[in-house]
Amino acid sequence: MEPHNGDDKPHLPSPSIWPVGFAVGIACMLAGIVVSTPAVIVGAVIALVFGALWARDAMRPTQAPSQPDQVETAMAEPEPEEVNRFPRNQFLELTTLGIAGVITAVVALPVVGFAILPAFTNQKRQGVDLGPTDNFPENEWIEATFLLDPSVGEVSRRTAFVRYNGVFEDLPSYTLISNRCVHLGCPVQAAGPRREDERKTVDTEQAEIALTPVLPAAYSCPCHGGAYDTEGNRTAGPPVRAMDRFKFDIDNGRLILLDTFSVAKVEGEGAQAKLEAYGVQGPGEHVDGLEGWLYPLQPQDLR
Amino acid sequence: MLETPQRQPPVPPPSRQRKQSRLSGLVWAPLNWLEERSAIVSGTRYFLFRKVPSDSNWFHTLGSATLTAFLVQVGTGVILAFYYRPTPDGAYESIREITHDVTLGWLVRGMHKWGASVFIILLFLHMARVFLFGAYKYPRELNWIVGFTILVLGMLQGFTGYLLPWDQTAYWATVVGINLNGTGPIFGPFLAQFLRGGDEIGPNTITIFYAMHMLLLPLAIGGLIFVHLYLVVRLGVSSPPWSREAAGAAPTEVEPRGPGLVRPRARGRFAR
Repeated sequence: MEPHNGDDKPHLPSPSIWPVGFAVGIACMLAGIVVSTPAVIVGAVIALVFGALWARDAMRPTQAPSQPDQVETAMAEPEPEEVNRFPRNQFLELTTLGIAGVITAVVALPVVGFAILPAFTNQKRQGVDLGPTDNFPENEWIEATFLLDPSVGEVSRRTAFVRYNGVFEDLPSYTLISNRCVHLGCPVQAAGPRREDERKTVDTEQAEIALTPVLPAAYSCPCHGGAYDTEGNRTAGPPVRAMDRFKFDIDNGRLILLDTFSVAKVEGEGAQAKLEAYGVQGPGEHVDGLEGWLYPLQPQDLR
Repeated sequence: MLETPQRQPPVPPPSRQRKQSRLSGLVWAPLNWLEERSAIVSGTRYFLFRKVPSDSNWFHTLGSATLTAFLVQVGTGVILAFYYRPTPDGAYESIREITHDVTLGWLVRGMHKWGASVFIILLFLHMARVFLFGAYKYPRELNWIVGFTILVLGMLQGFTGYLLPWDQTAYWATVVGINLNGTGPIFGPFLAQFLRGGDEIGPNTITIFYAMHMLLLPLAIGGLIFVHLYLVVRLGVSSPPWSREAAGAAPTEVEPRGPGLVRPRARGRFAR
């Protein structure tokens, strides 16, 4: 039987990558119809360009089977090097794996993002109202407990040691020490008598503030024996720096606690104290010296 | 010479034997039905009735003991979850209710609490047995690694479970634990932030710990136990160091694979 011009061998165009781009263009167009007009135009351009490239590829003579002198070859057993083309099953395998990978990534990435990102975003903190400044007599320590975030309730109750240092260079001066131990975050206590009978509660708009006068000779931590002087300098035990402090503001005669910051060392006392201040870091992290290089980046730096 | 089949009248079995065979048929019928469709009976046989060295001893049971302790933790943990509330306001109160009000709650909570320690202790004893018997050596190194990962995940179970009673001990131990993670170089602060679920310990912390303790870690441990047992079945039980018997199967030659991940090596026309 005479092969009519090699027509029984299917005219398969050589494999082409352009249809992928064409499909992306179409998808972009369809999505654009729903979402935005510019996307339709972009999609149309992509589809046109890739469509043209595809058409050019498809119209190119394939294995040139129509030439009469090659009909014989086309009918014969394929030559070994001809067989070594990119095999179809390998193509299908890679495509399947690739598409499965893309689908997995599309599904998994948002989920992983949701698992990790919420802990790092929307972490803005409100100032905490500690009530009228009259409650803080000059040169006396007051242990103030307050809610850091009233919307979540008692779980956010924190403690600060507050001392009013009088007016310094025309501005009121406060020493506001966070009671979180800078070793591993346990609650540091005032080492000295607590005057429970003079305990005061102040109702602010958000929550109840408890103010207890204390007479600390030092501050000490119950967990691992960290000890600090009344300026927050480490005197003994495992802490790696001085205690953290709060920034503050005075608004309508009320003391407002703002963010915390970390302190390497305090020189001097009271209003004259000189602080080596750093951005806030977690407990146990050095802020200065060689070990400070271990913590180049804090989560809040990325906001 | 051909034997001519002799037709003999069937001997009626004694009535007791007949009863027994009918009874065993009653037991075997559903099992046969399952076996025919899933090979579950022969699979179980293959799994349980393996050849072990004749001088294996009681120390070889520590692995199964650990598995049993884990299953007890899973069972009691699921029941505790019926009554536990992972919120800052409800957690301590619900634990108090489980211990004092819920019928037999004290027992299940006690089993879970003490069982946690039993699980870890058995893990270490099992590990000691494997180490002292030299059972971690070729070809069982991978199983040592899998077992060690189970140990680490078991410790994480302890860490996350410790917070859930939400009393002072639990709270401050977790504060310290999270801050310990925070002191890790470079990534530490981020790990601590993730564990806290934010800048400060709060309602998210307890739900994150609860979800890890309830879902993530048990599933991971379960999967690794599956791998661990697969390797035990595949490689066999090692004999004690004083044994004269060789342990396990002979090493098998692994045939290098052809190109491609899924497809076996190309054959025939497409062979290269």
